[in-house]
Amino acid sequence: MSYLKPLFSHPKLPKNKIGYTLKEYEGSLSTLCAGCGHDSISAAIVRACFELSIEPHRVAKISGIGCSSKTPTYFLGNSHGFNSVHGRMPSVATGANMANKEMVYFGVSGDGDSASIGMGQFVHVIRRNLNMVYVVMNNGCYGLTKGQDSATADQGSISKSGHVNPFQAIDLASLAIELGASFVAQSFSGDKQQLIPLLKAAIQHQGFAFLNVISPCVTFNNNPGSTKSYDYVREHIEATSVLDFVPHQEEIKTQYDEGKSTRVELHDGSEIQLNKLSMDWNPEDRVSVVSALQNAREKQEILTGLLYINTEWKDLHGTLNTTKTPLNRLKEEELCPGTEALNQINIGFR
Amino acid sequence: MKPTNTRDPEYYHKVVDCQYACPAHTPVPEYIRLIAAEKYTEAYMVNWESNVFPGVLGRTCDRPCEPACRRVRVEEEPVAICRLKRVAADQKGDVKQLMPQGPFPPNGKRIALIGGGPASLTVARDLAPLGYEIHLFDEQIAGGGMMRSQIPSFRLPETVLNEEVGFILDMGIHTQFLTYVSSLREVLSQNYDAVFVGTGAPKGKDLTNLPGRSEGAASIHIGIEWLASVAFEHTKSISKKVIVLGGGNTAMDCCRTARRLGGEEVKVVVRSPFSEMKASPWEKEDAMHEDIQIFDNHVPLSFEVENGKLIGMKFQKVKAVYDEKGKRQLIPTEEPDVFIEADEVLVAIGQQNSFPWIERDLGLEFDQWEMPVVDRTTFQSTLPKVFFGGDAAFGPENVITAVAQGHQAAVSIHLFCQGKDLMDRPSPYTNLVSQKMGIHEWSYDSQIAADHRYAVPQAKKSVTLKDRKKEVELGFDVPTAYKETQRCLNCDVQTVFSADRCIECDACMDVCPTSCINFTENAEEDQLRLNLLVPAENTSQDLLVSENLKTGRVMVKDEDVCLHCGLCAERCPTSAWDMQKYFYSVTKAYQVPAPFPSLQK
Ligand SMILES: Cc1cc2nc3c(=O)[nH]c(=O)nc-3n(C[C@H](O)[C@H](O)[C@H](O)COP(=O)(O)OP(=O)(O)OC[C@H]3O[C@@H](n4cnc5c(N)ncnc54)[C@H](O)[C@@H]3O)c2cc1C
Ligand SMILES: Cc1ncc(C[n+]2csc(CCOP(=O)(O)OP(=O)(O)O)c2C)c(N)n1
Ligand code: SF4
Ligand code: SF4
Ligand code: SF4
Ligand SMILES: [Mg+2]
Repeated sequence: MSYLKPLFSHPKLPKNKIGYTLKEYEGSLSTLCAGCGHDSISAAIVRACFELSIEPHRVAKISGIGCSSKTPTYFLGNSHGFNSVHGRMPSVATGANMANKEMVYFGVSGDGDSASIGMGQFVHVIRRNLNMVYVVMNNGCYGLTKGQDSATADQGSISKSGHVNPFQAIDLASLAIELGASFVAQSFSGDKQQLIPLLKAAIQHQGFAFLNVISPCVTFNNNPGSTKSYDYVREHIEATSVLDFVPHQEEIKTQYDEGKSTRVELHDGSEIQLNKLSMDWNPEDRVSVVSALQNAREKQEILTGLLYINTEWKDLHGTLNTTKTPLNRLKEEELCPGTEALNQINIGFR
Repeated sequence: MKPTNTRDPEYYHKVVDCQYACPAHTPVPEYIRLIAAEKYTEAYMVNWESNVFPGVLGRTCDRPCEPACRRVRVEEEPVAICRLKRVAADQKGDVKQLMPQGPFPPNGKRIALIGGGPASLTVARDLAPLGYEIHLFDEQIAGGGMMRSQIPSFRLPETVLNEEVGFILDMGIHTQFLTYVSSLREVLSQNYDAVFVGTGAPKGKDLTNLPGRSEGAASIHIGIEWLASVAFEHTKSISKKVIVLGGGNTAMDCCRTARRLGGEEVKVVVRSPFSEMKASPWEKEDAMHEDIQIFDNHVPLSFEVENGKLIGMKFQKVKAVYDEKGKRQLIPTEEPDVFIEADEVLVAIGQQNSFPWIERDLGLEFDQWEMPVVDRTTFQSTLPKVFFGGDAAFGPENVITAVAQGHQAAVSIHLFCQGKDLMDRPSPYTNLVSQKMGIHEWSYDSQIAADHRYAVPQAKKSVTLKDRKKEVELGFDVPTAYKETQRCLNCDVQTVFSADRCIECDACMDVCPTSCINFTENAEEDQLRLNLLVPAENTSQDLLVSENLKTGRVMVKDEDVCLHCGLCAERCPTSAWDMQKYFYSVTKAYQVPAPFPSLQK
């Protein structure tokens, strides 16, 4: 068994704008089961950050507990990380983000971590529109504790032991839209072509970006009858659109038919170009997205792609009107401006 | 692209870069692993089976394997393949008991071998155990050919050569040394069933037309003749100031030998630029280390003789100019001619074949360059009974090429003597075995060592320059040899892919440290090469293309910089990847039985 990655890489590995190769964005060798969907998502995150030329030290990875929450060890080894408590990633992320708003925040969670024990934290971080990427690696089970059904397991899905799940599933994407998430996407670990541009768009989105990524658990939930297996997902996947992420000041290369394509400009000037595959849906109209999701559920389809986006809503810092300078960089003289300033404030309350 | 046919024995063979580049296709990683396991005797036998002279080659081989080594493409320096071979030879135990043991029951056929160099000796080794009665003729005092007469003892001690020549001659070969064969007709009249010509390329080129050549004759020597006369101890000294003409390995051996026989100011003068000299880089380094100056871009004009005594040589200075096709021309510079002082000159500007002893009316055709017409596969001449090999066949090469050709000539002779079709050649022996021992356990050491190449220690110059027989290289000690073995990437442990098992989870693609693995739409090769994660620009390395997968894509692996680390197979949930050791051995006329299972049929 290998515990270490070889030091060698392809001698012609391309470099990004800041001179790094993919290697500088990798983490240590995964200890998850071979073939775990979570590893593919990690690889997609590595690629997205590499392609966006993000400086690794500007990223913080925060996670809860679960196989999914272990993955930050396996990507972005040169970034900051905090492996927190089960279901409590959002509060740690909120704290970190409040202190330093200049970082890219990756919240990594699982369906167990978010939809069960962490549900309370999950809903509140959404309604606050915290500027972060929130990835749920959704395998429909508690992988780390050996595959018990989670709250996202579909009703009727059969577990490896043959047990049929009697409960309704929590649809995290619908829930996020309902609670006012400003960016909601759904994808599949086995579809990097879709996942990587989605991740890039999510990173550049100013506000809460939620990605529900179906990620088969090869060991406990990849059996016939499971609705989160590689085969089932591949058969039932329905992409809403083909998505291109066009970074700021780069030329748009692909041209789609008028009417079928939509462009969304993000805060930093980069653009998302969507070539719609499904016509009765508009990613900027919540009602149409919710009904598209409902319709898909009726047809046992898994809708993927960017589902909903709103670039107008203020993120938490905007709402709280915090200082321009990140709070952690304020010096003592700014934080304790002295008796005179205190008196002025007190006068204001009289 | 069509799915790769990995059943073609050459596909996986090509992945083992060193073995593929070796003319005799020595199973390099196999012996390197045996050295790591301290199984020196077995490591020696793997070599001996394939290249016949491990001790000699471990010191002197031209090592075409090393520039081909995969390590060059992922790191910088190749594995010290050649010097590890020497470790096997230095540390070996009793190997003789593992070699074919005579007397062999005679098969009634008689073969003549003309010349006793590595080519003939290889034929002898391959045919003797089959019961052939073998008669070997050589004009020298003992066997070994140029390995004895040309390669100086400070690179190849006589004891090492004697031992390995002895292994063969002890198989009951009838030798007639000090016998110059002056007529092929006469040999043919002895009714041998076949005749093998392994007489090498014995004639050194000269500068006959250069002014002063005849006046200075007493002080001007042909390099290879001079080296032979040193080896056989007819020449024991040289003057203080020596010019060596030529830039190949012979020139390097001449200048270094001259340093040991009394030459104090030894200068190598060569026409071409330094970087284009034919000598191997390590030979040049060793020469310069022995205070030999190399003057490049100097074309000889004349030998300068005063009062009947050679006083030096005149040279014209040139520079290399290249046309669009990259063809080189040496253009004189405006600088004045250069005079270099010398008491003696060694002319080492190349060797030629010469067959004055082969009558031209025997039905044995010669081409316009006076070279025998020889088939490149069978080594048969136009006189069916007569075969050629080594330097005699296609001009001067090296020991390992002579050995490789000797093996093939032996196969042909054996087929010929049985009345079989010479073109119906035996296919190589191949074997592909999984290295899986447990879920993530391999029976080979899959860790990749980042160590840089270790240098072989050398004896002190003050010692080696005083004694022409003192070996310069000391060889690796065992601990260093072990560390060097760990640099080998085990390229023979193949990544074997089964498309029907793949669930396209991408795990292998994501984990591969050198980005070899891709899942992509199929396309024509040129396009496919560009479409990979890292474009596959090295077209000398193949792509492994799978059958169609469930999603309609294919798996494409660029073999170029695969580390054979096995991570793909470790991360694959379905064992669609497996690490399997590929053993490839050129089939010989007589297959030497091996002391361990992987070589046994
Ligand atoms: C100075 C020098 C250094 C070299 N160093 C290396 C090296 O480091 N590594 C390497 O791989 N190669 C080296 N080579 C090349 C290598 O020695 C030859 O390529 C190799 O020995 C060729 O083997 P062969 O069996 O074809 O013939 P040879 O080794 O040339 O043997 C031919 C034999 O036939 C005998 N012979 C010829 N004609 C007759 C006849 N009519 N009757 C009887 N006997 C005859 C000759 O005396 C000789 O013994 C070197 C060559 C030279 C000149
Ligand atoms: C407070 C607390 N409760 C329960 C557990 C046990 N536990 C560990 S991981 C896990 C579920 C993880 O499921 P999920 O988030 O889906 O991660 P996965 O392993 O499936 O990726 C549970 C219940 C725990 N570690 N801590
Ligand atoms: S790494 Fe080892 S097996 Fe591969 S080419 Fe080099 S010596 Fe041969
Ligand atoms: S053995 Fe597999 S993982 Fe390792 S370099 Fe080769 S293809 Fe990549
Ligand atoms: S790891 Fe195995 S199953 Fe997964 S994509 Fe690679 S070969 Fe296929
Ligand atoms: Mg889970």
